[in-house]
Amino acid sequence: MGSFMLRRIIYVIPALIAVSLISFLVIAIPPGDFITRTAELRAAQGDIMPLAEQEAMRRAYGLDLPIMVQYWNWISGVVTRGDFGYSFSFNLPVKDVIWPRLGLTILLSVASLLFIWVIAIPIGIYSAVRRYSAGDYLATFLGFLGLAIPNFLLALAVMYIAFAWFGMNVGGLFSPEYLEAPWSWGRVLDLLNHLWLPMIVLGTAGTASVIRVIRANLMDELHKPYVTAARAKGKGEFALLMKYPVRHALNPFVSGQNDIFVDIVSGGTIVAIVMGLQTTGPLLLDALRTQDMYMAASFILMLSVLVVIGTLLSDVLLAWLDPRIRYQQG
Amino acid sequence: MQTTDNLVEIRDLAITFAGSVDVVNGLDLDIPAGKTLCLVGESGCGKSVTAKAILQVIDHPGRVSGGSINLRQTDGSLLDIAATRSTSPVMRHVRGADIAMIHQEPMSFLSPLYTIGNQISEALTLHRKVSKKEARAEGIRMLEQVGMPDPERRYDSYTFQLSGGQRQRAMIAMALINQPRLLIADEPTTALDVTTQANILDLLAQLQRDSGMAVLFITHDLGVVAEIADEVAVMYLGRIVERGPVREVLENPKHPYTRGLLASMPRLDGDFKAPLKAIPGMVPPPALRPAGCPFHPRCEWAVAGLCNVMPVRDSDLGNDHMVACHAYGPQAAQITRTPLRPPAEAVAVAARKPAGTEPLLSVRDLHKHFPIRSGFFQRQVGAVRAVNDISLDIYPGETLGLVGESGCGKSTLGQTIVGLHRADGGSIRFADGANPPADLLTARGAEARRLRTDIRMIFQDPTGSLNPRMRVRDIIGEVLQVNGGHSPAEIEGRVQSLLSRVGLSPDYAERYPHAFSGGQRQRIAIARALASDPKLVIADEAVSALDVSVQTQIINMMKALQAEMGLTYLFVSHDLGVIANISDRVAVMYAGRIVEIGSTEAIFRNPRHPYTEALLAAIPGRGISKHRVRLPGHVPDPGQQLTGCPFADRCPYALPACRAVLPPLDGTPNHRFACIRADELQLRTVAGPPDLVTA
Ligand SMILES: Nc1ncnc2c1ncn2[C@@H]1O[C@H](COP(=O)(O)OP(=O)(O)OP(=O)(O)O)[C@@H](O)[C@H]1O
Ligand code: SF4
Ligand code: SF4
Ligand SMILES: [Mg+2]
Repeated sequence: MGSFMLRRIIYVIPALIAVSLISFLVIAIPPGDFITRTAELRAAQGDIMPLAEQEAMRRAYGLDLPIMVQYWNWISGVVTRGDFGYSFSFNLPVKDVIWPRLGLTILLSVASLLFIWVIAIPIGIYSAVRRYSAGDYLATFLGFLGLAIPNFLLALAVMYIAFAWFGMNVGGLFSPEYLEAPWSWGRVLDLLNHLWLPMIVLGTAGTASVIRVIRANLMDELHKPYVTAARAKGKGEFALLMKYPVRHALNPFVSGQNDIFVDIVSGGTIVAIVMGLQTTGPLLLDALRTQDMYMAASFILMLSVLVVIGTLLSDVLLAWLDPRIRYQQG
Repeated sequence: MQTTDNLVEIRDLAITFAGSVDVVNGLDLDIPAGKTLCLVGESGCGKSVTAKAILQVIDHPGRVSGGSINLRQTDGSLLDIAATRSTSPVMRHVRGADIAMIHQEPMSFLSPLYTIGNQISEALTLHRKVSKKEARAEGIRMLEQVGMPDPERRYDSYTFQLSGGQRQRAMIAMALINQPRLLIADEPTTALDVTTQANILDLLAQLQRDSGMAVLFITHDLGVVAEIADEVAVMYLGRIVERGPVREVLENPKHPYTRGLLASMPRLDGDFKAPLKAIPGMVPPPALRPAGCPFHPRCEWAVAGLCNVMPVRDSDLGNDHMVACHAYGPQAAQITRTPLRPPAEAVAVAARKPAGTEPLLSVRDLHKHFPIRSGFFQRQVGAVRAVNDISLDIYPGETLGLVGESGCGKSTLGQTIVGLHRADGGSIRFADGANPPADLLTARGAEARRLRTDIRMIFQDPTGSLNPRMRVRDIIGEVLQVNGGHSPAEIEGRVQSLLSRVGLSPDYAERYPHAFSGGQRQRIAIARALASDPKLVIADEAVSALDVSVQTQIINMMKALQAEMGLTYLFVSHDLGVIANISDRVAVMYAGRIVEIGSTEAIFRNPRHPYTEALLAAIPGRGISKHRVRLPGHVPDPGQQLTGCPFADRCPYALPACRAVLPPLDGTPNHRFACIRADELQLRTVAGPPDLVTA
């Protein structure tokens, strides 16, 4: 098990190096940079930026160095000092911008994932055991709806309902008075108050697909010989269901969870824009538009790390659940 | 005949599946207390559902739709299981405590996610209040009782860490831990090697004697029946057609179905090669159960106007012998009972292997190793020597049988010859006389293509080896399309003639494989192998997955095709009866090596290697009251480097000298064996004059 995990972790390192390099290059290679973009912007406002000044700024930010050197400076800063470079557009170190956002992204994604599990697993089990019952059809129908409605539409609809019918303050993850406030109980409560709407919106599609996965997996397992065996031993139906088929059905389910997590993280951008959430998505989009390269590269890197950690967690969970993996790949 | 108390009495049982199809209909069966009753019949006859009905564990959407299943309780009262709700506490108590069950595939019957100990002790704790510690101690004691080596450690093992025989023992331990009064064993040894099967049958017989429980043993193998049964019930299409004491039924079979099953069983007495007589056709699906006597479309005694209209009733023949056939009922006068005799349509057996001919295929010093990787960097830490220094010849027109326990490398050898694996050393020379001899391992280009059409393979699993998305025509014609030079019309004609040759209607060409039964699929697979007019056909367990009667049909067909087309076969099987029937010569493999090779007569009548002796002794139904050679343990860990005789750990005759050097394959050119003690040992064989099954 130890060696299994260690191997997984070591496999991840080259992947991370590649991701960081690619994300940096993708942003740095296209013609122009943040300075050009700024100059264009100013020019549009009638304020011409002299070339000399542009060059001076480039030197100041180190943008005149060869790309690989820039990359090396950046990545070594990230790895050794946790320094993600400087955001040109915010005029702040990237890490000051990125951490709070990343924290909220993780919080929202994990909350959505938990929401999915709590709702989808029991419904999935019910649907499989009572298949072709009215409840099963209802679940299937709602599931299809959940998959078919685009997230942003759902976001708009939910926001409208919450606002128009319940008079709630919607959009964002904080009420205006807490937006820039330091952390306090009040702020935490405010956050929780705002969290559930985007959580439902982000979780709906996942819930639908998890119900389907659990239902399909479990239906395969329900008639396996080991279930008959347990029944033939005299085990009660509910205990039997939980101990054998559900446990078996969870394995393929667990290995699929990472994909859902990735979907939530990446699918979060549009929802975040629509709902005005202070997560990473909108900021990343801005950074890409203005070629705020350290900012953009850092975001992409950190989101990739998040995905990698998610994969690692689901692998470990799977190994913990399934002795076949534990003993045969350990 | 004394009457024994019956533990279970089933009357007029009906089991219905979706669409109101009766899988079982009007079944009467008594399970006597303290005896072993064997239930035999081909697959699809309803044996397993009947067993599951007794436990009320039939899978949805099946259900008991009529009749009664009376279980005699310990206090003498009767419980009608058929009228008890499946989820009721009474039924839960009956399951596991009074009646327990074991199954064909322990690998799927036990969950791989929990240790076997967990699952064994669970059976105990469900019915008795015991502490965790007691449950564990009891579980270990049970494992010890079923002969599990190192029970303490195995208790915490998972199924995938055990061998097939060990899994079976674990499953038996799980069933017997509550000392049930009835054990239902559903084909418990079908998936095992003969040697392991013999050990498990011995174990079950001994446990049965010691505990006095009743056993309902389901099998399709009449050899197993002869080995273990006190009484036999033969089932066909959801009804019992014949039942009685074992000797009575096997030696004096009455029902044409029982007689057909016995006649289609390969025999090791008298002439091995005596052509087998197959029951024509196959078991129809329950929805198409014929009216009158359901067996009439396959019965050679059937009388039109009687058998196909009038339902049969049970006739008592005395001696506890019951049969359901008009030939023994009030209408007996209308039916001519033909005696069992050698089949009329005897398959012509071509004279083979003129002495002194060139071998068609010469394998020399062949090696195939699979690397074993492990550790952090998945370095190669050893090798499975699946094929280890094998040399053999196959002569044109003959059938070489290849036998050995699972994992001994039989399939790997066959697959290496057809080129599915790249050999690690040695040579394979193919000389068909028409073309210059070629080495299979080095052939390239046009020569390699020719060899691919000259040497073809038939696989065990006809379902897995036929592409479900291709029509039968394309499956059979593929090799002709790929290897070019054939017009579509030519291919079409060839497909048609092949189909009729393997006994299928030519208009099946349009269909997809899923529309066929197992036996028909195997026919398609054979047609595919024959499409390119091959010289050598390698059949890897080609009939193992099939029912006896279908198996016999396929064997007879393969023999006929061989005579017609001058084919040469390498026939891989673990079934010694089949091997004896089809082979001219036999090679016995153990741990990647050939330990004995010779003519079929020599191998079966005069075995010279102790492993061959043990294999023969393990054939069920032959060793009754004779000597018993039983092999402990199983094939050595294939990754292990062995010095000396690879069989030494299990050989009852092993001497220290055996472990020193590898015994060479010596003897006469017609009979070679690899045992240093071959000359001093007096090995015995069970193949001989008729001892049990008489015609
Ligand atoms: N592709 C492979 N990789 C690694 N090991 C293999 C591979 N194929 C076979 N082996 C191993 O080689 C040995 C011989 O296997 P093979 O399938 O030839 O046995 P067999 O005699 O045909 O058994 P069975 O009767 O079960 O079909 C076994 O130990 C098996 O686990
Ligand atoms: S009743 Fe007729 S068809 Fe049926 S087994 Fe007897 S003879 Fe054959
Ligand atoms: S060489 Fe020795 S161990 Fe091997 S089979 Fe012969 S007697 Fe047994
Ligand atoms: Mg094989």
